[in-house]
Amino acid sequence: MAERGKDYKEYWRRNLQIQFWLLLIWFIMGYVLSVFLVVPLNSIHLGGFPLGFWFAQQGAIYVFVVLIFVYCKLMRNLDREFEVDEG
Amino acid sequence: MGILGWTYFWVGITFGVYIFIAWRSRVSDTKGFYVAGMGVPPVANGMATGADWMSAASFISMAGLISFLGYPGTYYLLGWTGGYVLLALLLAPYLRKFGKYTVPDFVGDRYYSQSARMVAAACTVFISFTYVCGQMRGVGIVFSRFLEVDINTGVIIGMCIVFIYAGLGGMKGITWTQVAQYCTLIMAYLIPAIAISTKITGVPIPQIGFGATIASGPDAGKYLLDTLNVIARDLGFIEYTKAFASTNVNMLNVFCIMFALMVGTAGLPHVIIRFFTVPKVRDARISAGWALFFIALLYTTAPAVAAFARYNMINTLNEKPYAEAPAWFKNWQRPGLAAWIDKNGDGKIQYRPGAPFEGRPSWKMENGQHVLGQYQQPLLSNKPTDNQNELYIDQDIMVLASPEIGGLPAWVVGLVAAGGLAAALSTAAGLLLAVGSAVSHDLYYRVINKTATEKQRLLVARIMIGVAIACAGWFGIYPPAFVAQVVAFAFGLAAASLFPIILLGIFSTRVTREAAICGMLAGIIFTAVYIIQTKFLGVSNWFLGITPEGIGTVGMVFNFIVTFIVTSFTKAPPKEIQELVEDVRIPKGAGAAVDH
Repeated sequence: MAERGKDYKEYWRRNLQIQFWLLLIWFIMGYVLSVFLVVPLNSIHLGGFPLGFWFAQQGAIYVFVVLIFVYCKLMRNLDREFEVDEG
Repeated sequence: MGILGWTYFWVGITFGVYIFIAWRSRVSDTKGFYVAGMGVPPVANGMATGADWMSAASFISMAGLISFLGYPGTYYLLGWTGGYVLLALLLAPYLRKFGKYTVPDFVGDRYYSQSARMVAAACTVFISFTYVCGQMRGVGIVFSRFLEVDINTGVIIGMCIVFIYAGLGGMKGITWTQVAQYCTLIMAYLIPAIAISTKITGVPIPQIGFGATIASGPDAGKYLLDTLNVIARDLGFIEYTKAFASTNVNMLNVFCIMFALMVGTAGLPHVIIRFFTVPKVRDARISAGWALFFIALLYTTAPAVAAFARYNMINTLNEKPYAEAPAWFKNWQRPGLAAWIDKNGDGKIQYRPGAPFEGRPSWKMENGQHVLGQYQQPLLSNKPTDNQNELYIDQDIMVLASPEIGGLPAWVVGLVAAGGLAAALSTAAGLLLAVGSAVSHDLYYRVINKTATEKQRLLVARIMIGVAIACAGWFGIYPPAFVAQVVAFAFGLAAASLFPIILLGIFSTRVTREAAICGMLAGIIFTAVYIIQTKFLGVSNWFLGITPEGIGTVGMVFNFIVTFIVTSFTKAPPKEIQELVEDVRIPKGAGAAVDH
């Protein structure tokens, strides 16, 4: 389909960019803060929670939910900008 | 009204609602049967996905698992939630744009190959079936403890209910009953959690409560988690919040387990097909957000329930004379999920690390009666171990018993039973639909009888659901000994087979049918062989010390590598396939979903 052309390539590139940054945050929350750095983070306390433990059993899950809604918003804007949304 | 009366009350009401919904949403065409006519609003789809995903294991077992594991329970919490981010970003919108009925549909069309379709259908059936067996056990446990009926009768009742709404309404019936089941299970989970949190810490929000201070009793004013750490140290356990207590933790293995759970979640066919049911691409994106929101309500409550249950359990049982042990402990002895063996003969319950005896409790019986010891405790015939632990608690009872442990009224206990049933039945229905549609749509209609009429196809779909339910019921009544061990299979195989192939099918226009088939087979065979070797044949974890739970990650990488290598040797896919791939990447035009 010829009409997709250059705009389509740019749309897909921007889409991949959004996915990259969101998945980077996903990785940092799910793996870096909750697992790899949990031992040093546990020496900091957030009320009754050791911080690493809190990220692992609460914080990361909250961020996961927020990430998906942010993705929806960013993609909605992108779809509108490139006029490929469903109306 | 007692616990039994309230349980019948809640189970009766909820079952009535499910059947009423099934009758209202019965369907007469395959589009309604397979994808609910693609007319499900995103929030409702989010709830239905939540109920579909949260199984008996999530509802009944997870908090108990965390309760006994402490920090390492995190792998499951994050593994089973993080997958939704992958699903929302990388799969759901594109598969919805593709606009067909099943996962093998996408694989077969994208890879222009009947063989690829059949491999994908076989994976779908195997993964979903593995999972169903666990649900049936959950149904059996709830029925036997709360309704005091025989486990087999319970399984048969559950099967009949599922058949009524899955057979009548297909995906449409399942979707709307799952919305009702989500409401039931989340109420049943949150009400006791809020009550116990308020009771122990005075904070009505469990997510905050388990980081707060204890309100009364000998530990008043101390943080709950600190107290749990102190108790654990005193009794010889690893501290509750302590991560990586032993110095030689295989970090690569931890990473692989979590990653396999996440990728496996995103690759589970019964979850993926939920995103085919919404009207638009952007509804698929947002309903993944709602799904995770509704799941997170339970998944962020579970670690709180785990901490409260552990505190309560130790406080009410450890060092207490058996004669004064609470009623719930004695109730749960009957189905063999709790037991006490008085090793030192002091009549008190000692809770320490290690198993109290070998195997699961087996009671000493005489003429159909328990043989009682000097403290009126039922005696065991198990061989005691030589540690000091005298207490056996199955992790599955931590949630089911938590209202009783926390001293909540009988109506709450009954509600929890209805919630456990809702969780098990909703997941079973979703899985059985995935199995039924893979066989009736992908094998029968797309391969065996391509000229089948709409009416024939619908009939075959209903028959296949019936057959699948009958098989699942069989496994519920005669559970294969290896049920608990094959769960790793479902996630590992989904991670190693379907996920990489769907992902590449969207993000690469170049991957060919030969590559996809080789990749899927390489991933499945490697993963299956490794799990069988290490779980059943006693071979050590030979690949970098990765345990079978995490091997799906390695299988996935293997799948990717094989796919890339074979792609570079084979002829590029036809022009129209490359067009198809570029077309699924943009949302525009999804309204015109194709029936075929």
